[in-house]
Amino acid sequence: MRRFTELTSTAVPIERPNIDTDQIIPARYLQKPRDGTLGQYLFHDLRFRPDGMPDPLFVLNQAPYREGRILVAAQNFGCGSSRENAVWALQDYGFQAVIAPSFGDIFRNNSLKNGLLPVVLPAGVVGGLLHLLQEKPGEAVAIDLASETVRLPDGTVHRFEIDPFARHCLLNGIDELAFTLSQIGEIESFELRYGRENF
Amino acid sequence: MSTEQSSGPRTMYEKIWSRHRIIERADGQTLLYVDRHLIHDGSAPAFDTLRERGLAPRAPGHIFGVPDHYVPTDTRDVRAIADPEKRFMVESLTENAAGANITLFGLTDRRQGIVHIIGPEQGISQPGMVIVCGDSHTATHGALGALAFGIGMTEVAHALATRTLWQAKSRVMRIVVEGALAPAVTAKDVILAIIATIGTAGATGHVIEYAGPVIAGLTMEGRLTVCNMSIEAGARAGMVAPDEVTFAYLQGRPYAPQGRDWERALERWRGLVSDPGAVFDREVTIDGTTIAPMVTWGTSPQDAVPIDGRVPDPDREEDAERRQSMAQALAYMGLVPGTKMDEIPVDRVFIGSCTNGRIEDLRSAASIVKGRKVWPGVEAWVVPGSRVVKEQAEAEGLDRVFREAGFAWREAGCSLCLGTNGEVVAPGQRCASTSNRNFVGRQGRGARTHLMSPGMAAAAAVSGHLVDVRRVMAGA
Repeated sequence: MRRFTELTSTAVPIERPNIDTDQIIPARYLQKPRDGTLGQYLFHDLRFRPDGMPDPLFVLNQAPYREGRILVAAQNFGCGSSRENAVWALQDYGFQAVIAPSFGDIFRNNSLKNGLLPVVLPAGVVGGLLHLLQEKPGEAVAIDLASETVRLPDGTVHRFEIDPFARHCLLNGIDELAFTLSQIGEIESFELRYGRENF
Repeated sequence: MSTEQSSGPRTMYEKIWSRHRIIERADGQTLLYVDRHLIHDGSAPAFDTLRERGLAPRAPGHIFGVPDHYVPTDTRDVRAIADPEKRFMVESLTENAAGANITLFGLTDRRQGIVHIIGPEQGISQPGMVIVCGDSHTATHGALGALAFGIGMTEVAHALATRTLWQAKSRVMRIVVEGALAPAVTAKDVILAIIATIGTAGATGHVIEYAGPVIAGLTMEGRLTVCNMSIEAGARAGMVAPDEVTFAYLQGRPYAPQGRDWERALERWRGLVSDPGAVFDREVTIDGTTIAPMVTWGTSPQDAVPIDGRVPDPDREEDAERRQSMAQALAYMGLVPGTKMDEIPVDRVFIGSCTNGRIEDLRSAASIVKGRKVWPGVEAWVVPGSRVVKEQAEAEGLDRVFREAGFAWREAGCSLCLGTNGEVVAPGQRCASTSNRNFVGRQGRGARTHLMSPGMAAAAAVSGHLVDVRRVMAGA
């Protein structure tokens, strides 16, 4: 899992609510191997016109946002399909964090398990940020995971919350599988009990 | 967060949760024991993770695999999959299952089908179980009174390696559907009406328990349809209390308990029901008598209206953000505000998917199609949810009804629901679909999806436009 500590980067606004994972990466690319190049399919049908040319109206094709590593989205970002490819495509493209008022549950979970930081801020704050980024393209946002704070271009600092264990894993770049494997004794003794009760 | 079970009345969710709780972390996350893990042909990355770490599936006996997402529905020959990457997804499932002694219902197996169809169908999914699968429609299995989660690929690898899953305890929302349904109103209409009421994020952070006389009055297959779309309301799981309908459905299925085990299981299962007085974090009540056949007009499942309604007008929406997203949806869908829903023409019809690919769905559609013809120029498909469903339908002569009307009668798979196997709706084409998502590009780039019940999709097929199935039934 990718480590996340702090990040200051151009923020990229996507204003539309309910961006589902089908839009983040269309189903026809799900069989593509996980070799670090899934970024080319990120937001594919929003980013490229049917003739394959980049759509200049889409935010990722606009110069001020090219180096953006932080995505700012509207409510319910990542709803729908459980495809983890959505997280991989965002990461392969270069995104390391997504700020939104709310996320689809499975997407949020998948993000935490890959080191893509999902930051939940109040709807009013995100709405203001989206507006500001439209007015002043290329402005930067700073995220500090250790203190669970975000500094916006207007200088305001906002606190967000991440489950402590997930935060620990993110800060250290470790995943929970190793931790679970260290608990195998607990699982085995549970199994003995469980088997007696249920079968 | 209430992680400790109280001595007071408990919900079904709490009962299943506490029975599967292994340990808790300081942050409140609980390690849950997994009874059944279902895998499909999108699971290759999870097996790669295991190999990278030198791990093997810990309990292969409880894992069941089936190819569905990438399989063609015009043949059962894996070699016919032209795209080598798609073919690899199917072939790697076969190899990974064989290498780990996982039971596989392969492409030519009689038991193959969509993973969420075959779990209940084979009796693999049972009341009281924790069931996981790397697919967001895993909530389907909750219809049997199970706690069934859709999980991501990292979690699939975790569940394969440890037979466990970390979960934060959800809040529980009870959705009570009161009254009774009008004739020709189905489970699909109920869930579309629910999502239209609470919204696509209405149940985020919750597990839904569906209850009330309408839910209790549904068949098992209808309940599976309702729970299937829980994720479309944001819920990671949906469930229905097991009852005599559940037990009658399960009894005698290949993996259901038999003999004395069955009797013992029944005793356990009867105790799963939420206790009287159990407290839910949120309660929603819907009047079932007011639900009409539903169709979607937009690009979110919450964009559903009764078939006798009209395409809504964004200008009459007060919220600016909502107004803008409605306008975007209408532009994508090629629809004008005020248009009567039943005047919208269709190019394609898809009857199938884990939502509506079961035998009752095909019977319902066939009853509308019988003696009628698919409208000229409309391409209509039936994709049974499993081979068992297909063979049952053929035994009942439903395939002939569909074929004689001009439908294509195909093999089992996910197919046009999401087009991962290459079967898609062309750009700009409009599809009446019994699937679960009308997202932008879901059925193919530029494809325009209208969600509805099997009877409504059949009615659209023979009418050439969206139409109230009750009008077709009345011969109007």
